[in-house]
Amino acid sequence: MPVGIHIKENPAGFHRFDSVWTPTALVLDENGKERHRIEGYLPKDEFSAQLLLGLARVAFMQKKWADAGKLYDEILQEYPNSEAAPESVYWKAVSHYKGTNDHTVLGEVPKILQQKYPTSVWAKKAIPWSV
Amino acid sequence: MAVSWNKDIDAALSLAKAQHKAVLVDFSAAPA
Repeated sequence: MPVGIHIKENPAGFHRFDSVWTPTALVLDENGKERHRIEGYLPKDEFSAQLLLGLARVAFMQKKWADAGKLYDEILQEYPNSEAAPESVYWKAVSHYKGTNDHTVLGEVPKILQQKYPTSVWAKKAIPWSV
Repeated sequence: MAVSWNKDIDAALSLAKAQHKAVLVDFSAAPA
């Protein structure tokens, strides 16, 4: 459900969400709770990937693990070179673990991130999962 | 595909709750 707010037409709407810069895009869940924030311009593919990241986060926070996993997968399929991709590898594995209690999936993640996205902060975050 | 942008955040939130949908809020300062 897309909402467009011009900050000069609706400054209260802008400040309501503690926004400080434009462009800013927020992904809110059905209860209006912010789940993802994108500040600054992004090229189309990066922006699309970030939107999917937001929807995945909505599903994740609703404990819809399979739905979250599918959305992270979609990012990896459609936007494998985006900044959202390594984050998706990480959270896809967490979604799988949360849904199944199968911790072995986490052990694969450091290797994947080191191979595909070695400079990503997500590669560092996954280091403790190395088996 | 053209996006149908809603300008009323509260109306959009009510609709989102009723339809169990997420909301995208885009803040812009760009000239119309």
